Amino acid sequence: MNAELVTELKARAHLTARARIVSSLGPLTALGGIVWALVQPYRITLLHPRGETFWFLVVEPPLLVIAVALFFHFVIAPGLLEDLEDLEEKHAAAG
Amino acid sequence: MQPPAEHVHWLFATGFLLLGLCLFAEAAVGPEVWRRRAWRAYLWPGIAFALGVLLWPVMVFYTNSTLHMIAHGAWAQVLMLGGATELALVRGRLQSKWWRLGMTSVFLVSGAAFLIHEQNSWFFQRSAFLHHLLGWTLVISAIFPLARTIRPRSQAAAAGFALIFVVVSVMLYCDRDVAPVFGHISPLAGAPHR
Repeated sequence: MNAELVTELKARAHLTARARIVSSLGPLTALGGIVWALVQPYRITLLHPRGETFWFLVVEPPLLVIAVALFFHFVIAPGLLEDLEDLEEKHAAAG
Repeated sequence: MQPPAEHVHWLFATGFLLLGLCLFAEAAVGPEVWRRRAWRAYLWPGIAFALGVLLWPVMVFYTNSTLHMIAHGAWAQVLMLGGATELALVRGRLQSKWWRLGMTSVFLVSGAAFLIHEQNSWFFQRSAFLHHLLGWTLVISAIFPLARTIRPRSQAAAAGFALIFVVVSVMLYCDRDVAPVFGHISPLAGAPHR
């Protein structure tokens, strides 16, 4: 196989791996939050409020984890993946 | 209206988790891609700086002891310093890579503050255990920001640096005001709650 082509394929595979890592960070974090909520459902006091004070109803750790995951996945990751793709195209054009 | 201490720990854990995810993403794609958009370049140093600013109200309102106040004040200062130096590096106001030692100082000072201000033994109760664990974790893991300073392009150093923030956030999420740790709780700690 052409050495130049091998180099290009390797670079693309590396970029794809990086894109996969970025796009999996949010879902993996959200999964962590969901598993936590299932293992310790009493951490989500909203599901069964029993006279808890304001802060116990507002700060729900598993939901905070899921919120961070959603923020990362929908706000940060798309632009980052776009820039990675852009870089990939530039590499392809240069090759 | 003041939140219980455990809630404050959980809120900070959320900030550290976001910081960790951003750093992981930066480690994966590399700083060139991460900094292609200006808002993203400033994001994680900005979060670090904001967490430092938010530690000031914690210092002011949680006055259990003088040691607590000094520890929270020290965290606020070093986190603001670490965030500010990273912001200045991104902006180009600072050029030398040695300014990255600001983050190493954050780890060392924060770790020392955790260890010094925890007066109880490891198995007194969960928060005491976590304070010791967090302290030693931060002191030992200062190797990652140091490695990041010496070898700024090292992916291992960047990934390790990111991982520590995620680990710290997990530890902070585990915190409870009064709870057993591995079945241990001192009778002096008070009654554990859910």
